[in-house]
Amino acid sequence: MSKPDYLLFDRDTKAIFWNLNRNAIQRMLDYDYVVGREPSVVAIVAPTSGRKFDKFFYGTKEIMIPIYKSTPEAAKDFPEADVLLNFASFRTAYDVTMEALDIPTIRTIAITAEGIPERFARNMRIRAKELGKWLIGPATVGGIAPGAFRIANTGGTIENIINSKLHRPGSVGLVTRSGGLFNELSNVIARNANGIAEGIAIGGDRYPGTDFLDHMLRYEKNPQVKMMVMLGEVGGELEYRVAEAIKEGKITKPVIAWCIGTISKHFGGEVQFGHAGAKAGAERETADAKNQALREAGAYVPKSFNELPELIRGVYEELHARGEIPDIKEPEVPPIPEDYAKAVKAGKVRRPTNFICTISDDRGEEATYCGVPISEVVEKGYSIADVIGLLWFKKKFPEWASNFIDMVLKVVADHGPAVSGAHNTKVTARAGKDLMSSIVTGILTIGPRFGGAIDGAAKYFKMAKEKGMSPDEFVAYMKNVEKIPIPGIGHRIKSTKNPDKRVELLKNYAKEHFPSTELLDYALEVEKVTTSKKENLILNVDGTIGVLLVDMFRALGYSDEEIDELINAGAFNAFFVLGRTIGFIGHYLDEKRLDMPLYRHPTDDILYNVQCEVEQQ
Amino acid sequence: MAQRGIREYDGKRILAQNWKDYFGDDFVYDFKSVLITPETDLDKVPEEHPWVKETPLVAKPDMLFGKRGKLGLIFFKKEKPGDVTWEDAKEWIKQKMAEEVEINGVKGHLTHFLVEPFVPHDQSDEYYVAITTGEDEDIIYMSAHGGIEVEENWDKVVEVKIPITASDEEIKKIIEENVPADIKDKEKYAEFVYRLYKLFRDLHFAYLEINPLVMVGNKVYPLDFVGRLDDTAQFAVGKKWGNVEFPAGFGRDLSPEEKYIKEMDEKSGASLKLTILNPKGRIWTLVAGGGASVVYADTVADLGAVKELANYGEYSGNPSRTETREYVKTVFDLMTRERHPEGDKILIIGGAIANFTDVAKTFDGIIDAMKEYADKLKETGVKIYVRRGGPNYEVGLKRIKEAAEELGIPIEVYGPETHMTEIVRKAIDENKVA
Repeated sequence: MSKPDYLLFDRDTKAIFWNLNRNAIQRMLDYDYVVGREPSVVAIVAPTSGRKFDKFFYGTKEIMIPIYKSTPEAAKDFPEADVLLNFASFRTAYDVTMEALDIPTIRTIAITAEGIPERFARNMRIRAKELGKWLIGPATVGGIAPGAFRIANTGGTIENIINSKLHRPGSVGLVTRSGGLFNELSNVIARNANGIAEGIAIGGDRYPGTDFLDHMLRYEKNPQVKMMVMLGEVGGELEYRVAEAIKEGKITKPVIAWCIGTISKHFGGEVQFGHAGAKAGAERETADAKNQALREAGAYVPKSFNELPELIRGVYEELHARGEIPDIKEPEVPPIPEDYAKAVKAGKVRRPTNFICTISDDRGEEATYCGVPISEVVEKGYSIADVIGLLWFKKKFPEWASNFIDMVLKVVADHGPAVSGAHNTKVTARAGKDLMSSIVTGILTIGPRFGGAIDGAAKYFKMAKEKGMSPDEFVAYMKNVEKIPIPGIGHRIKSTKNPDKRVELLKNYAKEHFPSTELLDYALEVEKVTTSKKENLILNVDGTIGVLLVDMFRALGYSDEEIDELINAGAFNAFFVLGRTIGFIGHYLDEKRLDMPLYRHPTDDILYNVQCEVEQQ
Repeated sequence: MAQRGIREYDGKRILAQNWKDYFGDDFVYDFKSVLITPETDLDKVPEEHPWVKETPLVAKPDMLFGKRGKLGLIFFKKEKPGDVTWEDAKEWIKQKMAEEVEINGVKGHLTHFLVEPFVPHDQSDEYYVAITTGEDEDIIYMSAHGGIEVEENWDKVVEVKIPITASDEEIKKIIEENVPADIKDKEKYAEFVYRLYKLFRDLHFAYLEINPLVMVGNKVYPLDFVGRLDDTAQFAVGKKWGNVEFPAGFGRDLSPEEKYIKEMDEKSGASLKLTILNPKGRIWTLVAGGGASVVYADTVADLGAVKELANYGEYSGNPSRTETREYVKTVFDLMTRERHPEGDKILIIGGAIANFTDVAKTFDGIIDAMKEYADKLKETGVKIYVRRGGPNYEVGLKRIKEAAEELGIPIEVYGPETHMTEIVRKAIDENKVA
């Protein structure tokens, strides 16, 4: 805090950054690293961020910068930060500035937003002057004190910063209006003199918080600055203040000045050159008039922008020859570690991946399902079954298969409230639990005894057929070797005399549309054997779906091994899970609508038979 | 943008819409104005504004330019003041819309007109008031002598400065103490100016002038109104402005190419600007960035070749490849319509050192357009000079050089080691443009 008045920034300057602008903050820290100073951004203010801190790189190391909800809070924790970089939008930048001006520890505020109303800009300006504080902007990239402190994005890429010698102090004080030509001027000065000692872009608005003269008076006092370059613009009268100050002897160091917009005299008010602020309202505001006034005051003014480099070189060389500007020993510059993302893009590094995805891709303009953009899925009328084809099996199913899957989903969607999965869902919902918890209890019930028959039927019928078992042999095998009822056979009430309509529909559809129903035909032969023993031992809906899915995949070109893999992976069961989830959600929503109280099972529905071998005390 | 002129119609409408909030019932303003545009169905006007048939009228163009009285463009009498009917005004407007007029040396067509009741009044009731903005204060101009003679009577205008930090009491006091002595009802006038100033300030006006301001009792007739708003305040007070338009003002009609780029600019997040200065010129520019585009135009002029400067324009704000291509094609189309009698045409592809824009990427759109127009560029005879710096500039320069050479178009490319405008000097010298 002990820096002289004429310096706004030195190597110890600490800043609070308003807005979580990650790129700009990282660029500041990269600069800090290159010039060998400590991180300059000590706190971030981001009222809408839910985070307490963010991570940034300082060299190869990561550091944490705290995030605050308000500037006063940040300033309280970091009283040594005397700079606020106000990156708020044009809507909020005014309020942020006015609030920060009243914080005693903050001395300099740079405002980047474009489009702050002029009345607000004037209010900020006058308030800052009253308090003796410094505003840079609005509508500016900011500025830079080479070797000490960089405001946000000033200077561009690190490569440009080094090339334009913005990483170490030179002897030239630079002031421009807008930031667009700031880099260009830094480059010119680096090539024709020894680089800048400090550079400020005051911003393109009509009422900048501080103007050319404010900064040039600081440069006048700063012994590091030996000469100044000012780039003005057509419009406004700020440049006259500089001319006056030179005349009055307030500025004695050599000033090289140029105002752009000399073209406007040739086309009058007819053509708008540059931005709106750069419009000459009167003869006095033209670039020519201002260039002339500066020339008369004693500034070095070239005949055209093209001669600016020569002029700068001339003044520099004269001062250098007189020994007023010492030679600079160029400092060593540590390389900035390249960002991983950038290096990848440039093909410079590689890394093995941890995950592989072969079904969908969200990296492009639009996410795709197995290569098909979602919009196309909608526009071309893909059914849910088609989407399942893409995401589960990486195939566009033929229409006959899609229609079948669609039927399967409809058929298994629900089976009333009494089945165990739906019951569990209802009981959980009544316990006051949320959607996820409730349907998950239903889904977790799905297994070998509830809903598992599809898998089982597919597996055993397929196995029997492949091994060439006759229906009789298969029935006997299940009874004697596996010792379980045949999955997919048997129904509580349906029988040969009272067939299950759902099964009839599925069978008829398959007969009509499937290229082959080999396994279904086999299963129907088995059914003949079982129903001859007992009428209700029919091929039930689970069994029908199981065997038909096998027929379907085979017709789609899957080998027996591939189908086994699908069954083992649970792909068949997945149809049941997906379909039945529709029902579970229905039961959950039903319970929410009904708002029934917590369920407690009646004790008279439980056989209590407690016999424990615990000794009573 | 910033300060932008609004139509007299919009100015009065804004005044009327906010009247109650600022003037209450202490002053009365009977807002009766119709804006006539080429789209207006003139036969329907009397339905919506029956008063046009009931009162004598005044009609005048409403296109930001002043001195309409001196230009003979205020229609308030056939034989004697106040004898203009709706039928007369309609005919007059139709006639004026059809003919080409010259205003301040610019030829064009009148498109927007204001029609209002004719207000007969005493010269002595004509006042003047104007408010403008300075750096740390606003400035109010007050005079008892309004009308078209205000400029001749400028010495009678009182100028007062209101510090922008002044409180309401201070403002009131400053105005009251400075009301010109020859105003009849000083108290009333001061009160009106005070309230008008408050409206000016709250609504982010940058300039406001009522001349003449006719005050009879508590009735106010702003016979002419000139206003500029700070359009950046849209977010803060846009609702109070209502549906305000910021017209470009009277100017020459845009060429189809300029119109095309303007429409593209309005649709895009990037900035794309094009003005044709001299379609037969030899030097054409494609410059990235607002500041740089001015510097290139300056330099062409400062090096004595302004007569040959064909266009002014810029592209910036990260335009897409397609946008850049379309922009460049438009320029190519214009520059390849005919050969130049004195030699090759010159294309300056310029720009300062970019901050973060990938230069190679922006050149892709230019190269696309170059390929499409290669034959025409060669037929016309075009030599290209490129200068650019910034991220990836080496790749960009290499690509554009190779593309041009492959197509057989002469090209020279330079990076940040060459001064930005040096290509202008080279082009002018090498091609003997004078």
